[in-house]
Amino acid sequence: MNAFAIETDPAPSDQTVIVERDLLLSVDNVSLAFGGVKAITDISFNIEKGEIRAIIGPNGAGKTSMLNVINGFYHPQEGTITWQGKVRRKMKPYEAASQGIARTFQNVALFTGMTTLDNIMSGRSLKMHRNFFWQLLWRGPAEREEIEHRRKVEDIIDFLEIQAIRKTPVGKLPYGLQKRVELGRALAMEPELLLLDEPMAGMNLEEKEDMSRFILDVNREFGTTIALIEHDMGVVMDLSDRVVVLDYGKKIADGPPEEVQASQDVIDAYLGVSH
Amino acid sequence: MAVSAGASAPGEDTFPKILLRNAEVFGTRTAFREKDLGIWQSWTWAGVLEEIRAFSIGLQDLGLGPGDKIAIVGANRPRLYWAMVAAQAIGAVPVPVYSDSVAEEMAFVLGHAEVRFAVVEDQEQVDKLLSMEDEVPSLTEIIFDETRGLSGYDEAHLHDYQKVQERGRALLSEKPSRAADWQAGFADAKGSDLAVMLYTSGTTGRPKGVMLSFDNLIISARNGNAFDHLDETEEVLAYLPMAWIGDHVFSLAQAFTAGYCVNCPESMDTIDTDRLEIAPSYFFAPPRVYENLLTRIMVRMEDAGPFKKKMFDYFMEVARRSGEKILNGESVSFKDRLLYAIGDFCVYGPLKNRMGLTRLKVGYTAGEAIGPEIFRFFRSLGLNLKQLYGQTEASVYITLQPDGEIFGDTVGKPAPDVELKIAESGEVMYRSPGVFVGYFKNDEATAETKTPDGWVHTGDAGIIADNGHLKIIDRAKDVGKLTDGSLFPPKYIENKLKFFPNVKEAVAFGHERDRVGVFINIDLTAVGSWAERNNVNYASYQELAAHPDVYRMIEGHVDQVNRDLSEEPMMAGAQVRRFLVLHKELDADDGELTRTQKVRRSFIAERYAPLIEALYDGSTSKHVRTEVTYEDGRKGAIEATVEIRDMPLHVAGEGLQEAAE
Repeated sequence: MNAFAIETDPAPSDQTVIVERDLLLSVDNVSLAFGGVKAITDISFNIEKGEIRAIIGPNGAGKTSMLNVINGFYHPQEGTITWQGKVRRKMKPYEAASQGIARTFQNVALFTGMTTLDNIMSGRSLKMHRNFFWQLLWRGPAEREEIEHRRKVEDIIDFLEIQAIRKTPVGKLPYGLQKRVELGRALAMEPELLLLDEPMAGMNLEEKEDMSRFILDVNREFGTTIALIEHDMGVVMDLSDRVVVLDYGKKIADGPPEEVQASQDVIDAYLGVSH
Repeated sequence: MAVSAGASAPGEDTFPKILLRNAEVFGTRTAFREKDLGIWQSWTWAGVLEEIRAFSIGLQDLGLGPGDKIAIVGANRPRLYWAMVAAQAIGAVPVPVYSDSVAEEMAFVLGHAEVRFAVVEDQEQVDKLLSMEDEVPSLTEIIFDETRGLSGYDEAHLHDYQKVQERGRALLSEKPSRAADWQAGFADAKGSDLAVMLYTSGTTGRPKGVMLSFDNLIISARNGNAFDHLDETEEVLAYLPMAWIGDHVFSLAQAFTAGYCVNCPESMDTIDTDRLEIAPSYFFAPPRVYENLLTRIMVRMEDAGPFKKKMFDYFMEVARRSGEKILNGESVSFKDRLLYAIGDFCVYGPLKNRMGLTRLKVGYTAGEAIGPEIFRFFRSLGLNLKQLYGQTEASVYITLQPDGEIFGDTVGKPAPDVELKIAESGEVMYRSPGVFVGYFKNDEATAETKTPDGWVHTGDAGIIADNGHLKIIDRAKDVGKLTDGSLFPPKYIENKLKFFPNVKEAVAFGHERDRVGVFINIDLTAVGSWAERNNVNYASYQELAAHPDVYRMIEGHVDQVNRDLSEEPMMAGAQVRRFLVLHKELDADDGELTRTQKVRRSFIAERYAPLIEALYDGSTSKHVRTEVTYEDGRKGAIEATVEIRDMPLHVAGEGLQEAAE
């Protein structure tokens, strides 16, 4: 019976099909220093549209700094960031956000007194166009706009399967769920690029499995490009299409997971060979 | 019987025909609701007819034909309910399957039922079915409701529910006579036709496919509606597994025949909120749901302020005194009535609202015995909670508690049109219009269960009390005899013990022995908090279990059970003569319990053979060594000296003498 002989994993594997994807972001020869401390030294890599890109490295390797450079929170002293084909000038974080980059944080950064729904709704604020007076009046266009946004937020709640905590203040939720709400808020921005800073930190195995599922689904269903920092190597190797490895602010490897895993430099960095 | 719906009228003897009637009679009334994206979406009966018709024609176009089996796999969703009736309109037979059953078990059921089509909820179920292609060679088409995650799958044998329905709609608009043709297709279907096949979960052996006809379901449903005066204004929450007969009858058969509204929750986790929003008027739940509701209230009241706590305690006492009497329509003094009215305003009303039971007209519990305190708590609030006794093979209803005749220890009187008798062996037998057609492809089992003149063996031992109410004692095969000939119902004794919060598990022995002996497992949470309050020090479960004060407390519980047993004519001989408190918790990891937390009697008897011996050889203590398995798979051993206590017997009540005469 071959009626069911279908490919259950639709993702093209990197070995067989080489897909030329468009570049979404390109980091070229970027260096960043805080006073005398060099956080990032001469790093170049790129993120292609639609991929899951992992940034890994030991503690203090410059991963979070790299993320902050990507989303425009830090401006590098040297080098250029090319976002969707345009070289980026120095900008404020909200400008970065309006460019279509959303992120979650290593430590959950939610409004703990607000409900899940309101937290995710806050992710839509950049997309609200009616001005303050319309919002105050809350009639006609402003009301219609809110309904439209609420619908979008409900889609996300449905997607992340958090209906049961819709009206629960976020501070009362367990950590794993808070992480999921934070992902929801980032998704509410409908970003081109989603930055996840240690999405699985502090989670148990089951929560990690759920989170991995959601990250993959976000990537496949919405086509969102994802860049993530993660310490759990199993997760990184399973999820990501390409991995870039940093150590002491320098790039030491870049490529598909299995290639990176085999690299001697990476093994040394993780096992702690003296420099 | 007082109320009986009798045979179906020819125009209303199948669900597709009833659907046509409902669309005409209740056209604008809401038939189904589902919470989606945070909003209750609703469909009227006329809308449901349109949905079902379009899907049915779409199914026909895909090649589903009369007699084909179509599996329904998923949580309670309107579309899955509609799929069943859509299939019935073509003459196909729906086979709802437990969606959380493991792949192997599901594969057996689908293979045994020879399903050709499957309508499933989402990707998870699609994946499960795709993994079973070898076991279920008959399965050719899979239709899914939720598209998420399925965009990359091959489209040839997978179909989106929406697309199938759209195809049906396109065919309808192409050829307007198609609707009439569709109706004509089931116009001459008969009530005796096969309506549905439900697989019983089968605690022993492979699941069996119970074939039910339209007559079985529709007559039983009408009787149920008439018995509790249910009409088109009811609201129910559909949240129990669709493969279970109870849900099939409450959420489909009774909903269609009465025309009431079925509400599907947003997800399994939101049921509490959803119940609050819907406030069902007809509600069914297994005992554990009521237990959870009660526990949550009690925990919250512990945290409440002193004034609220006082008020709660005072009015709960009032309710205990007069609540049930008022509900049963008995006479209650004016003062108590007044107090109850005030209590209703201050406490009972808000509580009922919190639980989403404000509009409750009738609530049922079944499946297992409910703790008498829990049952009484809900009834004293003025909630008409009742017990019923039913089976898949009976289309649910065997006995029901009529309004005003509620006894905690019985499951009620025979339902309308049901004949009941107790066989020589003590087994409960019944005959009714709901009695199933037979087990699918298993004539042997059918012949074992159903006699040629239509009586069905329930497999349960029971007695009919003087007031005509049925009392279930135990599974018939578990009921044994002591050497002096008196009845020994282990589960009955164990349940009585387990109703004490301090007792987690109990295992009774006595079959073919001269007296009853019991192993008791204490409940660590309950006994632990008791120990804290009473300054009892302990370092481990083992130490707590062997503590003299704990023994004294358990002894009191056992004595209470003996007193209860002595008051029942047939049970007085089964009083507990000796008991011991086990030094370790019975655990599924050690094979002592099943994964569903049921006691594995024979295994325990083997494992603790020395202790059983000690129960019967008169010794007062016994040293044992027991091997245990830790969660990570390592093995270890626990050694302990277990004390055995003798219990005094209570003199049997008058009932026994009468029975003996």
